[in-house]
Amino acid sequence: MKGWMGKIKALMLMGFTALLLAGCGKENLTALVPKGYGADESMKLIILTTVIMGGVLLIVVILLAYVAIRFRRKKGQEDFIPKQVEGNHTLETIWTVIPVILVIIMAIPTTLVSFDLADASDKSDNINIDITGNQYWWHFNYQDEEIQTSQDLYIPVGEKVYLNMKSNDVIHSFWVPSISGKMDVNPENTNTMYIEAYEEGVYWGKCAELCGPSHSLMDFKVIVVSKEEYEKWVADMQNYDPEVEPESAVAQEGAELFEQNNCMGCHAIGSSPIEVGPNLTNFGNRTKIAGYLEPTKENLVDWLKDPETLKPGNLMTGKYPELNDDEAEKIAEYLLQMKVTDVTPESAGK
Amino acid sequence: MSIAVSDKNSAVTQKRSIGAVLWDYLTTVDHMKVAHLYLFGGAFFFILGGIEAVIIRIQLLVPENDFVSAGFYNEIITMHGTTMIFLAAMPLLLGMMNAIMPLQIGARDVAFPFLNSLGVWLFILGGIMLNMSWFFGGAPDAGWTAYAPLSTTSPGHGVDFYAVGLQIAGAGTLMSGINFLVTIINMRAPGMTYMRMPLFTWTTFITSILILFAFPALTVGLFLLMFDRMFGSAFFDVALGGNTIIWQHLFWIFGHPEVYILILPVFGLFSEIFSTFSKKRLFGYTSMVFATMLIAFLGFMVWAHHMFTVGMGPIANTIFSVATMAIAIPTGIKIFNWLATMWGGNVKINSAMLWALGFIPSFTIGGMTGIMVATVAADYQYHDTYFVIAHFHYTIVGGTVMGIFAGLHYWWPKIFGRVLNETLGKITFWTFFIGFHMTFFIQHFLGLMGMPRRYWVFLENQGLDTGNFISSLGALFMSIGVIVFIYNAIYVWLKGEKAAADPWDGRTLEWTTASPPEHYNWKQTPLIRGLDCLWIEKTEGNGKMTPAEPLKDIHMPNNTIIPFIMTLGFFISGFGFIYQTENKLWYIALFGGMAIALLAMLVRSLQDDVGHYITKEELKGEAK
Repeated sequence: MKGWMGKIKALMLMGFTALLLAGCGKENLTALVPKGYGADESMKLIILTTVIMGGVLLIVVILLAYVAIRFRRKKGQEDFIPKQVEGNHTLETIWTVIPVILVIIMAIPTTLVSFDLADASDKSDNINIDITGNQYWWHFNYQDEEIQTSQDLYIPVGEKVYLNMKSNDVIHSFWVPSISGKMDVNPENTNTMYIEAYEEGVYWGKCAELCGPSHSLMDFKVIVVSKEEYEKWVADMQNYDPEVEPESAVAQEGAELFEQNNCMGCHAIGSSPIEVGPNLTNFGNRTKIAGYLEPTKENLVDWLKDPETLKPGNLMTGKYPELNDDEAEKIAEYLLQMKVTDVTPESAGK
Repeated sequence: MSIAVSDKNSAVTQKRSIGAVLWDYLTTVDHMKVAHLYLFGGAFFFILGGIEAVIIRIQLLVPENDFVSAGFYNEIITMHGTTMIFLAAMPLLLGMMNAIMPLQIGARDVAFPFLNSLGVWLFILGGIMLNMSWFFGGAPDAGWTAYAPLSTTSPGHGVDFYAVGLQIAGAGTLMSGINFLVTIINMRAPGMTYMRMPLFTWTTFITSILILFAFPALTVGLFLLMFDRMFGSAFFDVALGGNTIIWQHLFWIFGHPEVYILILPVFGLFSEIFSTFSKKRLFGYTSMVFATMLIAFLGFMVWAHHMFTVGMGPIANTIFSVATMAIAIPTGIKIFNWLATMWGGNVKINSAMLWALGFIPSFTIGGMTGIMVATVAADYQYHDTYFVIAHFHYTIVGGTVMGIFAGLHYWWPKIFGRVLNETLGKITFWTFFIGFHMTFFIQHFLGLMGMPRRYWVFLENQGLDTGNFISSLGALFMSIGVIVFIYNAIYVWLKGEKAAADPWDGRTLEWTTASPPEHYNWKQTPLIRGLDCLWIEKTEGNGKMTPAEPLKDIHMPNNTIIPFIMTLGFFISGFGFIYQTENKLWYIALFGGMAIALLAMLVRSLQDDVGHYITKEELKGEAK
């Protein structure tokens, strides 16, 4: 048994190396280079089933090639009538029993891993984050820390983090391929899963359940930082006072425009529980604008002036007075200078 | 009433006006002509779904493409899936069943010819209804699975057309299923016992059972969806105490058996092709029959494997996971039995056989990834990504579509009276086969590299560019293959010679009729002496079937326009259902359409139509 397992492990290693050489996609996005517990467990099963089923495929293809070449009709043989074979009990038993054994070999680890990944017995001892899926953005509520934020999910490396997920509208699905498999975000019940990242870094997250026109633009990030940095981030987020005046005059004007246009009717800054639109605390450190655009002032101005073009079907369009270039630029200036902490995506993994 | 009506479908060839041909098809109850309608309708929608597929691949040719808008893209993917499953693959299979199954069991027609005609018109008008949405403010855009609440809250009437169109088309399918069941149970020729039935008839039988039990779940789901969208109910509205997961269960209780509805008939026809072109009887016939039953039975036990990420918990997940893996066992038996059928045979490789040979590795890959996605904790990664897209295209294209092509090449002489051109057939196969693997193999990797399905755009610098480009290129090859096939069909229709009754040295009963058969199929019902009955007569007899009855008058059903009118009533009523939410005047269409349908039913019930007889004298006359 031990030797057999060793062989499988060696095969898995070989398969893995081959895949690495063949190109596995972009690091921190691809599920083929797992960097978290869930993704790792899934990957082991992926390799196990690929090896077993790949072996079956190989046998079928070899047999097929053999019969197609060996028994192909030859010239002058058109009238040859082969022996009419009814069946063969031994053979038929063999190709029934072997698949049964293969299925059992695959079913056992499958069962063990799925129970392991669903085990939430230590939930209350770990960080709990409530996640709300919205068309087309993600709200994050750190229960015990009383932190509200959106789009960029900060977690400490090497620690179990429980995610309690619910949707505010249609069904979404929370997927960070490099760290863990996905879980649906339903409107009627809270789904819980845990993730644990092995390495610091910025990981791509995606919505995996069709949720409307901008389904493909509902990206988010998981930012994995060291424990010390995570604690600092928590403290900075908690201590942030949204009433503080920005430094530059332009940003101050922007803050006023933000208020005049009633942006805060939907967008909270600080720990306010409003989640009609994304919470904008620490906006200056966000990895992306609207989930997928580079965080430049130019992009933000474009977004503020015409969100519909950039994210079709979003719920911000038409909810506020039209902004001219000047107003949009000022608001952009205000938002982009809002940096609550020096724990940033850039500092993750460095 | 009209016993003496002369036979309009007489094989006496004469030039007929287009109007007469059209009227003939509108009123026909003949199983072969109904099959033609299924095949033409299915081909039309297959081309439509193919164009939608090409639009998808053009949009995904390069990152962040804007060939189509986000909203339109969702309409395209929804209609591609819905069209291909309900309006292309299934009707093409139903067409072949309609054409061949009665011939394989020695029946003159199906048990309920009227119902058969009704079924095909419900499919055609249901399909047209669904596609009408393009012209009335946009197609459905919630995916072919129409998950609530995205489907219940989708603006416009797109999803309404989805619900009503599928309801109408689905009713037609259900009728066909019942019809085939009764036909096979009651109308087998003398000596045609169950265990002498050709495998295609067996799979038609088992598929019909699947239709019978699976479609009602869809019907119920669609009714709930209709009521939520059109009459203010809240089955799927969480705010009012509804539950969206119920839709997923209803949909997949139908949806999973549906994929076996698509694949089992193909398993049957491949069994015939392997056997015929290897000149050997099917290896392990009995185990093939029982493997089919087992697959069908297990097919009902595994629907929740589409829902592993829904949050059902590990107990439900693993039960459904292991049940799904178990399906690999009977499927494996089939693959090895086919290989054993060819083993030691005299294998002729022509177009039909090429498709069959290409099917084995393609479908085995689909089965292999099927096991992989059944592995629940691994499926957390595969689910809703391009891996799943690749998997089900390997089963539906690599299985069903290749099977349809194989079946068409094999039975074209029987259905249309011509043999398809071999050279063109081989070009079709190779371009389609290469294109298919190019398009879909790479998608396994795209999925695991982080590309979810139903993505309007993929972003730059995410390592997805090359894979998507190759995939799109493959779609071009597949398109060429399909175009060559259509050219082939038209070419042999215009230039081809009339096919012989038995061009492939066949083994089963359908090859004893003319190509195409007379509308009464046989003058005298044949006596069946065993499995591969024609082969038995060829090797042990004089090569001809022994009649089981003396030459006598044949009773055949009359043509009727009633099924078409009835369907038209439902079609009109469907528009009423959809638009009554906007203007109550549409109730006129709703109830008016219903009245037409009910009136047609009444006429049908009161009319004393006993059919007509083809007299002995006529039969003898035609023999000259």
